[in-house]
Amino acid sequence: MDFSYTEEQQMLQESVQKFVQKNYEFATRAKIIASENGYSNENWELFAELGWLTVPFCEEDGGFGGSAVDLTVMMDEFGKANLVEPFTPTAILGGGLVSALGEKGQKTELLGPLMEGKLQLACAYAETGSRFNLSNVTTTATVEGDQVRLNGEKINVLNGSNADKLLLVARESGAQTDRNGISIFLVDNDSDGLSIQPYTNVDGKKAAQISFASVSVPLSARLGEAGGALPALEAVIDRATVAVSAEAVGALEALLQKTVEYSKTRKQFGTPIGTFQALQHRMADMFIECQLARSIVIMAAMKLDSTENDVEKSKAVSAAKSRVGKAIEKVGQEAIQIHGGIGMTEELDVGHLFKRVTAIDIQFGNTDYHTARFSSL
Amino acid sequence: MNADFTIEELAFQKEVRTFLDNEFPFEFRTKIDANRRLSKKEIIRWQKILYEKGWAAPTWPVEFGGTGWSQVQRHIFATEMGLIGAPEPVPFGMKMVAPVIMEYGTEEQKNRFLPDILESNVWWCQGYSEPNSGSDLASLKTTAVRDGDEYIVNGAKTWNTYGQYADWIFCLVRTDNTVKKQEGISFLLIDMSSPGITLRPIVLLDGHPEVNEVFFDDVRVPVNNIVGEENKGWTYAKLLLTHERSNIAGVPRGKRRLRGLKRIAADTDDGFGNTMLENPRFKNKLAEVEIQLQALEYSELRTLAALSVGKAPGPESSILKIVGTELAQEMDELFVELAAYSCLPFVPEQFEDGFQGVPLGPGNSAYAALNYFNNRKASIYGGSNEIQRNIICKHVLGL
Ligand SMILES: Cc1cc2nc3c(=O)[nH]c(=O)nc-3n(C[C@H](O)[C@H](O)[C@H](O)COP(=O)(O)OP(=O)(O)OC[C@H]3O[C@@H](n4cnc5c(N)ncnc54)[C@H](O)[C@@H]3O)c2cc1C
Repeated sequence: MDFSYTEEQQMLQESVQKFVQKNYEFATRAKIIASENGYSNENWELFAELGWLTVPFCEEDGGFGGSAVDLTVMMDEFGKANLVEPFTPTAILGGGLVSALGEKGQKTELLGPLMEGKLQLACAYAETGSRFNLSNVTTTATVEGDQVRLNGEKINVLNGSNADKLLLVARESGAQTDRNGISIFLVDNDSDGLSIQPYTNVDGKKAAQISFASVSVPLSARLGEAGGALPALEAVIDRATVAVSAEAVGALEALLQKTVEYSKTRKQFGTPIGTFQALQHRMADMFIECQLARSIVIMAAMKLDSTENDVEKSKAVSAAKSRVGKAIEKVGQEAIQIHGGIGMTEELDVGHLFKRVTAIDIQFGNTDYHTARFSSL
Repeated sequence: MNADFTIEELAFQKEVRTFLDNEFPFEFRTKIDANRRLSKKEIIRWQKILYEKGWAAPTWPVEFGGTGWSQVQRHIFATEMGLIGAPEPVPFGMKMVAPVIMEYGTEEQKNRFLPDILESNVWWCQGYSEPNSGSDLASLKTTAVRDGDEYIVNGAKTWNTYGQYADWIFCLVRTDNTVKKQEGISFLLIDMSSPGITLRPIVLLDGHPEVNEVFFDDVRVPVNNIVGEENKGWTYAKLLLTHERSNIAGVPRGKRRLRGLKRIAADTDDGFGNTMLENPRFKNKLAEVEIQLQALEYSELRTLAALSVGKAPGPESSILKIVGTELAQEMDELFVELAAYSCLPFVPEQFEDGFQGVPLGPGNSAYAALNYFNNRKASIYGGSNEIQRNIICKHVLGL
């Protein structure tokens, strides 16, 4: 048994740490968010140069190896820095689906440019009525000769306004929540009938609400078999779920560390507030939460990399997200509370971390959803 | 033992209901239901309607234009207002500075300030906290130095709610540096348009500049703007804090929001073919909130009954502050849970006055996260919940 990072993982970690220290000051991050794309293209190119964009992919696809544990090493550091670049939507979700479902031709066309930093992707899966159920799809895909017509509306499309191509989850057959009948199509962002409403999320990341009004794509835009995309979608979302959970762990540890630091310097009643036992115990609890969250995310990542069956993998993912969600609530809220008024402002990184972890809590299913999924699997 | 209203009280309740039904502007109701902020102008319009009826100041004695209502009448009024979401008067004038002026101010001050508060002509803000004096308020450092007929004020206040709308600020200032910290503080009324005052807006996590830092740079304040005696300000401020803490339980608002939660839950798919109101896990959470609300309501009623027979609001009001704010925060989380992905868009302007576009997300769901972030303040201000627990330890449990 050995929970230490390999040499390669250590290098990856140090590489992210170095980048963050140099390029991700609070003020720089604010500027990036305020920019038109909401992320820095310069940073993105650097990510490609450093090889980070290859991390989610297996060697066959030209990647670094594609282990979930590797991914968590990076995401952890991204979380500490509250990085806004669209790594999850492009590399993990979009790239993940192409890798899982694409034919050789599609992979060559897309994954190369992606890893070189030249292609942005987004995955449009959620709908207003679907909540977190991935098999709940009302967006329709109708085959007409060698074309497919797409109709429907998607919400919460991360990176949706910046993506060159969208991966649209649509129903070709079956009832609203059937597991069969779901396909994924590649849709260019400038297709006729596509209307993209971009906005910034509470965590500063760009997202969009996208409607498809009789959008036409060639049949060859379908990824994988007709109506058979759900298992791959679930597996990719599971990986993304572990990735953002690892990001949350990084962010929570940053919140804890900043809170402890602050409590040592902030004086009231002539003494640092960190000397009040009422606060000490709560910081101890925050520490415990962070540790448990870290443990269960490691467990889930290791299971994903193992030869366990799919059910066991999904169960581990839901266990992690459910438990991390609890830690998010506790650690996030306490960090603000112990900072007092200053924690309530946009002027401190603590508030931004709090908002990021709150968004992660919802992303890919909240605690309740994953607890229920855990018990039903 | 009973918790019934008398026949007279029931008649009063009916009168309040009829009045609110007829007089609370319909367009405000719509706005409030859509989580839109009422503008200063609109709040003033509502206050003037109450003023015409003679109900502008439910907690004031008759001699100053108040209603002279009993504790129970005040409770009924606050309940009916809260149930429909009608805004309470901005507390800083009506509930905070006015009682201090009534109790300790000169006749001149009473005549000069109280009528304008009653009619909502003049808006006040509270200048207590400083960057380095929050929970330990008595350590405040803003100074007021006597120079002939004036004080010269220097320093900085912070977390000043709605300072941008205020005409006047009531401040705690240090007038004696040589004595115990509580004994060198005075209560000073300052015109916000005085030369030397500058505001720096502070944007909170919901994107709204709700609070400000207020800088005082050689601000000259006439000595007759001091309330009561020099260096006695701490005693007056403590009186004010007990007023600040009353009505903090927010039971009527809680009931209104619980209704809102149930309504939204009934309209929200759980993704698996049921509504969220039918979802057993969520249903349980709603029940837990409702039960806590009932425990809080009856705790408040017990406090009310004690007040009615002339007992002063004691440290028990700390219970109401702690439970009221924490329960409200729990409800905030349930709104977030219902909205799910739809609360993630950060578009604060869509809840501002005058927003013309189409809001993102169904049923104002994008408000849920903003409100969740913003209302983390409730356990921090008004004496943080840690400080409230300290009060219970010290004054109730004798620890
Ligand atoms: C949105 C908002 C609006 C506000 N509006 C106003 C206003 O209009 N006017 C005004 O004057 N003030 C206002 N305040 C200020 C508010 O009263 C202070 O924030 C509050 O007193 C806490 O002070 P602080 O923020 O400096 O935190 P600190 O006092 O620095 O406290 C930090 C943390 O330490 C804890 N702590 C402190 N002492 C102890 C102790 N002895 N034991 C255990 N824990 C302790 C606190 O509870 C808190 O969790 C507002 C604050 C907010 C957030």
